[in-house]
Amino acid sequence: MNALIILAIFGVLMMFSGLLLKQKSLIRLLAIAGLFISLLANILETRGIHFFSIHTEGMLNFDRFALFFNSILLGCTFIFFLLTAKEIEKVGKNYADYFALIFFIHCGIVLASSFSSLLILFLGIEIISIPLYILTGSDKRNLKSNEASLKYFLLGAFSTGLMLMGITLIYGEAGTFVVNNLHSVDKAPGVLLIAGIMLLLFSMSFKVSAAPFHFWTPDVYDGAPTVFTSFMATIVKAAGFIAFIRLFYYGFGNITGEWQFIIAIITALTLFIGNITAIFQQSVKRMLAYSSIAQAGFMMMALLAMNNTSTEGILLYITAYSLSTIGLFAILVKMKDYTFDGFNGFAKHQPLLAGAAVIFLLSLAGIPLTAGFISKFYMLKAVVQTGQFLWLVILAVLMAAVSVYYYFRVIQAMYFKEGAAPTLEISNSFKWTISIVAVFIILAGIFPQLIFHWFYF
Amino acid sequence: MIALLLILIPLLSGVGAFFLKGGNNARVWALVSSLLTLIISLLGLTVLNQPGNLQFRVDWMPEIGSSFSIRLDGMGQLLCLLTAISFPLIFITTWNHVYKNAHNFFALMLLSQAGLMGVFLAMDALVFYFFWELALIPVYFLCSAWGGEKRIAATFKFFIYTFVGSLIMLVGIIYLQSLTPNHSFDISTFYKLVILEKTQGWIFLFMFIAFAIKMPVFPFHSWQPDTYEQSPTATTMVLSGVMVKMGLFAVIRWLLPVLPDASFGYGETTVTIFAVIGMIYASLLAMRQNDMKRLIAYSSIAHIGLMVIAIFSESEIGMQGVMIQMFNHGINIIGLWIIVEIIEQKYGTRKLSELGGLAQKAPAMAILFVIIALASIALPLTNAFVGEFMMFTGIFTSPIFRYEMYIVPAAGLCIILGAVYTLIMVQKVLYGNTNTLTEKGSDIRLNEKVALIIIVALIFVVGIYPQPFLDLTKDTTNFILNEADSLKALKK
Repeated sequence: MNALIILAIFGVLMMFSGLLLKQKSLIRLLAIAGLFISLLANILETRGIHFFSIHTEGMLNFDRFALFFNSILLGCTFIFFLLTAKEIEKVGKNYADYFALIFFIHCGIVLASSFSSLLILFLGIEIISIPLYILTGSDKRNLKSNEASLKYFLLGAFSTGLMLMGITLIYGEAGTFVVNNLHSVDKAPGVLLIAGIMLLLFSMSFKVSAAPFHFWTPDVYDGAPTVFTSFMATIVKAAGFIAFIRLFYYGFGNITGEWQFIIAIITALTLFIGNITAIFQQSVKRMLAYSSIAQAGFMMMALLAMNNTSTEGILLYITAYSLSTIGLFAILVKMKDYTFDGFNGFAKHQPLLAGAAVIFLLSLAGIPLTAGFISKFYMLKAVVQTGQFLWLVILAVLMAAVSVYYYFRVIQAMYFKEGAAPTLEISNSFKWTISIVAVFIILAGIFPQLIFHWFYF
Repeated sequence: MIALLLILIPLLSGVGAFFLKGGNNARVWALVSSLLTLIISLLGLTVLNQPGNLQFRVDWMPEIGSSFSIRLDGMGQLLCLLTAISFPLIFITTWNHVYKNAHNFFALMLLSQAGLMGVFLAMDALVFYFFWELALIPVYFLCSAWGGEKRIAATFKFFIYTFVGSLIMLVGIIYLQSLTPNHSFDISTFYKLVILEKTQGWIFLFMFIAFAIKMPVFPFHSWQPDTYEQSPTATTMVLSGVMVKMGLFAVIRWLLPVLPDASFGYGETTVTIFAVIGMIYASLLAMRQNDMKRLIAYSSIAHIGLMVIAIFSESEIGMQGVMIQMFNHGINIIGLWIIVEIIEQKYGTRKLSELGGLAQKAPAMAILFVIIALASIALPLTNAFVGEFMMFTGIFTSPIFRYEMYIVPAAGLCIILGAVYTLIMVQKVLYGNTNTLTEKGSDIRLNEKVALIIIVALIFVVGIYPQPFLDLTKDTTNFILNEADSLKALKK
C-alpha cells in the first residue's frame, strides 16, 4: 500500500513538473528521487512499517511475495532510470509526461501483483496497458512508432476484451470475484468455469507474449522508442507474469489438470518459436524482442511447475532477466547502428562497456557464474520436481543452447571483428552504473542468497 | 587448504592479470603463478598430504542442497599434477611468442586453469558443473581472439557442441539430485543412490553425451580437428593435454559409481562399438593428413578411444591403466604440440609436404622429437607402454566383456596404424633433403629445450618406474570398482 499511494502521488507530481520546472535535469532528478522513495517505502512495508492504513475490503492482499516482487521491479526501474533517463529526453517534447506515465504503470504493477479479486486484476492490467500504448507511440514523427502503437492498442484491446469475458464467465459459475473462492473442491468444474479459465489463459498469454499469441511483440518492440522497449520487455513483462502466476496459483491451483497441459504446449511453442526466429534477425533490437519471447518461455515454466522452487525461481529469473536486458538495452541506446555489424569492434573502443555487455549476454544465455544460470537452473529444477514434462525440460535445454547462437553473435561482433562501432557520447557515470549492474549479476550468480535473504528473513 | 589454493591461485592471478600493463609483465606473472600452483600441487602430493589439507568444505547454497565441497583423492592428485605441470611448460615454450593484448591472453589461460582444477577437485555436482563451464568459457575466448583464419566458425562449433552437451548433463544432474533423499548435490549421497535400471539408462545417456563430446568419442568428434587446427597452439595444448581428460575423469567419478548398471550395460556394447569405430576411423584419417595439427588431433581421438574402452572393462588393471594413461597422454601430446609450435614459429608452416630435413639443421630437436613420437606410439620403456599394456590386459581379462576377441585385435590394429602415421610425420619432418624453406633452419632455443627435456624425463620416469603413480590411484580405482560392485549386489 505504501508504494501504491506514493507512486500515484508522484505520478501526478510529475505531470505538473513539466509545467513548473524549466530545467530538464530537475525533472529527471525528481523522477529518480520519487522512484527511490517508493522503493524505500515498499521495503519498509516488507519490514512491517505501514504509512497508510486503508481498508481494501479484501480486494488487495499485500503478502510477502507481492511486496518482495515489487521491491525487485522498483529496483529495476530505478536502475533503468539511472541508466537511460537522459535518453528519454531525446524521444519527444513531453519529457515529464513520460515519467508520469511510467509512475502510473508502476501503480498498475502494484495492483496486478497484489490483487485478490478479479476486478483488481483487470484494473491493474488496464492501468499497465493504456500508458504503454502512449509510450509506444511517443515518437510522434516516426511512422514505425505510430504503427506499433496502433497495432499494440488494437490487439491489446482485443485481449482485454477476452479477459473481461473470461472474468464474466467465471463469475457466472462461481458467483464471486474473490480469487481464493473461485472453485470449491467438492464438485467438478463446470463448463463456464473452464471456458473462463481458457479465456483468461489466452489473454494473459497475450500480455506476456507467449506463443502463439506473440505476433505483436516483435513489431511493437521494434517500433517503440528503444528506451521504452527496454521498459516494456522487462518490467512490464515481469508484472504480467506475476499476475498470471498469482491468478492461476490462487485461483485455479486445485484444478491444475484442466489447464496444465495447455500451458505446457504454450511453453514449448514459446521456447521454440522465440529461439528459432531470433536466429534470423539482423538487428540487435529485433533480436532482443525475440529473445524476450524465448525468455518468456522459461518463465512460463514457473507457471507449469507451481511449487516452492518455482516461486523462488521466478523471482530470481525476473531479477536476472530484467537487469541483463535493461543493461543491454542501455548500451544499445548508445549505439548509432542497431544491426549486428554496428557492434563490430566495440570492444576496442569501449572495453568496459563491452565487458559488461558480455556479462549481460552470458547471463541471458544462462552460462554459469551469472544470475541467468542460477535462475534457469531453478526453473529446470522446478519442472523436474513435478515428475512430469521431462520432454519439456529437454526441449528447454536444447533451446537454451540455440539461444547461445544469437547472443554470441553480438560477442563475436564486439570482440573478434574489426570495425568502428559508432556510439553516442558516453558519460563516466553511465559506465560506472553499468559496471555495478554487471558485478551484481555475477554476485547474484555465485551467491543467490543475496536476493533470497530478503525473501526468507 | 592445499585443495583450495590449487583453485584460488590461478583464479585470483587470472583476474589480476586483466589489469596488468604490458605483455612482458603478464608473461612473467603467468609463469610465476603457474609455478606456484605446481609447487602447491607437489607439496600436496608429498609433505602436506594429510587428509585435512586436501579437502575443503563450506556451505554455499544450503536451500538447494549444494555446498562448496572440494577434495583431492588419488585420481584428483594425478590430474591436478598434470594440470599443474602443463601450464608452466606451455608458458615456457611459448615465451617468445608475441600475443596482442597479452595480458588478456594470459589472464584467460590462468582462468581456464582454475576451471580445470575445480573440475578435478569438485565433490559436489553443482560445483562440478560450475567449473566444467568455467573451463570452457576462457577457452572459447582464447580460440576466437587469438586463433587462425577460420577461428570464429571453428570455435563457435566447438562451443555449441560442448554447451549442448553440458546443458543436457545439467538435466541429468538435476534429476539425480531430485532422487536423493535429502535433495543434496553431494557426491557421497549420489554414491548411495539405488536407481532402477531403466531410469539409470536415461540419466546415463544425458550425462554421457556431455562427456563423450569432451573426450571426444566417435560420432561427437567433428569439432575437434577444426578447433585444434584453428586455436593458438598454447590453447590447443590446454585443450588436448588436459581438457579432454575432463571427459574421461568425469565418467570415472560421476558415472561408474553412481549408475553402474547402465554404465557397464551401455559401456560394454554401444560405447565400445563407437569407440572402436572411432579409433579405426581416426587412425585412417590421420594417415592422410598433411597438416601436423590435424594429424595429431586425429591421433588423439584414436588414443582416447582405447581409454574409453578400458574404462568400461570393469577390471582393476584396466582402470589403473586408464588413470596412468590420462597422465601420460597429456604429457606426450603436449610434447608433440611443443614441436609443432616450434616448427610453425620458425618456418611459418605446419604442412608435412613443405617440411623436410630438419634433423640436419636441428639435431637436438630431432632427438627429443623422436623420443616423444616413440612414446606416443607406446614403445617399451616409455610411459605410454605402461598404460596401454595395462589397458589391453584389462580389456582382455574383463569379467563383463563378451566381445573382447573382436575388440582387442581391432584396437591393436590402431596401435599399428598409430605407429604408421606418427613415423610418417617424423620422417617427413626430420629426414629427407632440406628444401628452400628449411635450408636456413637452426636449432631450438634454450627455453624450448628445457621444456622438451622435462617432458622426455617424465616419459622415461613413468616408463621405467610407474609404481608411485600406480600407488597413487590405487585407492580410487578400488573404491570406484567396489562402489559399482556393491550397488549391483544390493540390487540382486
